[in-house]
Amino acid sequence: QRKLPLRKRWVCLLDRFWRLEAVETGTGWEEWSQGKALVRPPDQMELTEAELKEDITRILTANNPHAPQNIVRYSVKERSYKPINVVDQMAVHCVLEGSLVHQDSEEARKLRFDLHYKYLFVGFPQVNPIVDGGDVEEAADEDRPDSAVSRINKKEPKVTNQFNFSNRASQTLNNPMRDRICQTEPPPRSSFSATANQWEIYDAYVQELQKQEKNKEKQKGMHSQKDNGKSKKVMLMETQSEDVTKWTMASKILERTISQNTFDDIAQDFKYFEDASDEFREQEGTLLPLWKFQYDKAKTLSVTALCWNNKYQDLFAVGLGSYNFSRQGCGMLLFYSLKNPAFPEYIYPTSSGVMCLDIHAQHSHLVAVGFYDGCVAVYSLKEEGQEPVYKSTAKTGKHTDPVWQVRWQSDDMDNNHNFYSVSSDGRVVSWTLVKNELVFTDIIRLTLNGAVSEGTEGAQGGVSSGTSFDSHKQIDYMFLVGTEEGKIHKCSKTYSSQFLETYDAHSMAVDTVKWNYFHPKVFVSCSSDWTVKIWDHTINTPMFVFDLQAAVGDVAWSPYSSTVFAAVTTDGTVHVFDLSVNKYEAICQQLVVDKKKTKLTHVEFNPIHPVIIVGDDRGYVTSFKLSPNLRKKPKVRVLTSLPHHSRLPLVPHQLKQIK
Amino acid sequence: MAEVEETLKRIQGQKGVQGIIVANSEGIPIKSTLDNSSTVQYAGLIHQLVMKARSTIRDIDPQNDLTFMRVRSKKNEIMIAPGESICWELLLNEFHSPKMKRCYSS
Repeated sequence: QRKLPLRKRWVCLLDRFWRLEAVETGTGWEEWSQGKALVRPPDQMELTEAELKEDITRILTANNPHAPQNIVRYSVKERSYKPINVVDQMAVHCVLEGSLVHQDSEEARKLRFDLHYKYLFVGFPQVNPIVDGGDVEEAADEDRPDSAVSRINKKEPKVTNQFNFSNRASQTLNNPMRDRICQTEPPPRSSFSATANQWEIYDAYVQELQKQEKNKEKQKGMHSQKDNGKSKKVMLMETQSEDVTKWTMASKILERTISQNTFDDIAQDFKYFEDASDEFREQEGTLLPLWKFQYDKAKTLSVTALCWNNKYQDLFAVGLGSYNFSRQGCGMLLFYSLKNPAFPEYIYPTSSGVMCLDIHAQHSHLVAVGFYDGCVAVYSLKEEGQEPVYKSTAKTGKHTDPVWQVRWQSDDMDNNHNFYSVSSDGRVVSWTLVKNELVFTDIIRLTLNGAVSEGTEGAQGGVSSGTSFDSHKQIDYMFLVGTEEGKIHKCSKTYSSQFLETYDAHSMAVDTVKWNYFHPKVFVSCSSDWTVKIWDHTINTPMFVFDLQAAVGDVAWSPYSSTVFAAVTTDGTVHVFDLSVNKYEAICQQLVVDKKKTKLTHVEFNPIHPVIIVGDDRGYVTSFKLSPNLRKKPKVRVLTSLPHHSRLPLVPHQLKQIK
Repeated sequence: MAEVEETLKRIQGQKGVQGIIVANSEGIPIKSTLDNSSTVQYAGLIHQLVMKARSTIRDIDPQNDLTFMRVRSKKNEIMIAPGESICWELLLNEFHSPKMKRCYSS
């Protein structure tokens, strides 16, 4: 069946509707049943008969004709607008909000209570303000017993709307937790540990003192920049040298102990050995060989001088040179200690051979040395370096011939140190250490016939050469000079023109003259004419003459007895005499070195130990211990006025005996 | 310094000397004539000994100080010379016994 176009359909519907109305307004139901008569509105469409007879079907569908059919939605997935096929076909004609509550539900119960309360409280006007605001009721009054009920209501879960309540939960974004750590570099650490002992505290105090003293000195000295520079240098040197000195100290100690070990038996002998056989040999003694001192570089030189140090009695000086006129080379000054025989403590090489030396009695670091070339020099052991502190040159009055003997004198009036020297050029010169210089003064000039003072010209004869010298121990101005001609002159420092006395001592050069330590009148002399003579300076002839069968190199008095002396000869023998025991012979004659090869040149007694050192022409120094018989100290007689010794007054009597 | 070197050589040349160690004030060896392991061992042990000995002496009298130490054992001997900042140690392998005394007769 053909459908009518839409407009036509509606028109038909409306038409019928109007007809109904028209009918109703007229006669009601009767009109309807009789209302077959067509009423035509004036604007009705004109339709043909065929069209009027057309069957028009009407379908009831559930489609909402008002629903749009071309809704288009944006699809994010396809990024375009897409038509939606399914459209909501519901047409809402009327909406009415309802307020029905199911009677069993919570809300209903609540409402019932509310109504109940309303009925209750109507009669209490003062409570009204609370009750009237129905919602405000929730804020209950604590005093009221009824409020407990509302409280109970509160505890009940919230009543939800039955129809359209939905729980909406939302979750907030949880920020991710991050850990931020920062680590710094730990401060540098070092562990420190120390002990606080009594001695550490003491050390700290001492250091503080030293620092303070240094500061004071610096403040005094730091006036100019030069001083600053010097002090800085000094500081550097000090730090360097401190290390070095510490090293050297420790190494020296070590070396000495090694020597002690190596030479242990000798050290024991030195200290404790006493020759027991001396008890049986009444008048004889022996020499026990102890250490032997030698230095490699001194092998070709002969010992020309020996001297013990007064302050450090284990230290002695050895002068090395050559007695050979034709073979003169360089020399050496060595210092040995008994504690370390293997190596010298101090070594000073010299350009010319050392002929004599003397160590100052009080200032034992000062050593006066006389050379073969006529110079004299003073070395100071305190100074570093190998140069002498003072040296005489041609300008400053050095001798023109070898210097045979030097001797320190007591300080002069200005407290300057001075020493005397005697030489083959016939002069006895006094040298004074004035600040940095060596000032010389001729004391006396030796001539063959008599002394001539400086001023006089034309000596009355040749110049005699002095070969030995000694100043009196007690009388300051008196001294003895031995000459090459064999004469000994007794002179005075004050009389420069004349000798006080002359002794015809020997037939050959006088090698040594020595005053006795104790007896003020006695001196000994020795010479290459094989003799040793003992004199009283008031008497012109010797008191004792000893013939030793060989040229005598040196003679020395002992420091512990006035009657004991030792002499060494070129045949390698040491002779020890004790005049109180035996006036004619030595109480000890000992061959100490090989007879043919070496000659003994010098001998010296140690100030305190019973030891003598003997030097030979091979550069060796040997030490010997004196046996008890040789060390007899004389008995001191109370009656005599002489110090230490009593027997010598017998000498003139015995002299007569000898004669 | 050259003197010290010379001294060292001389000591080393003496008979009976096994070795020399020079250590600083903390016991660390500076110079040695022995092999490394022995050196380290000796230096460490001896350092402790020296510290002990020194503190003993100074505790008794702070103005006193240790100059020298000898340690004699059955087989050998150790000699120690401590200084301010340095310490020398020496080893000997011969034990010197007192010998018969010599006599010269004329």
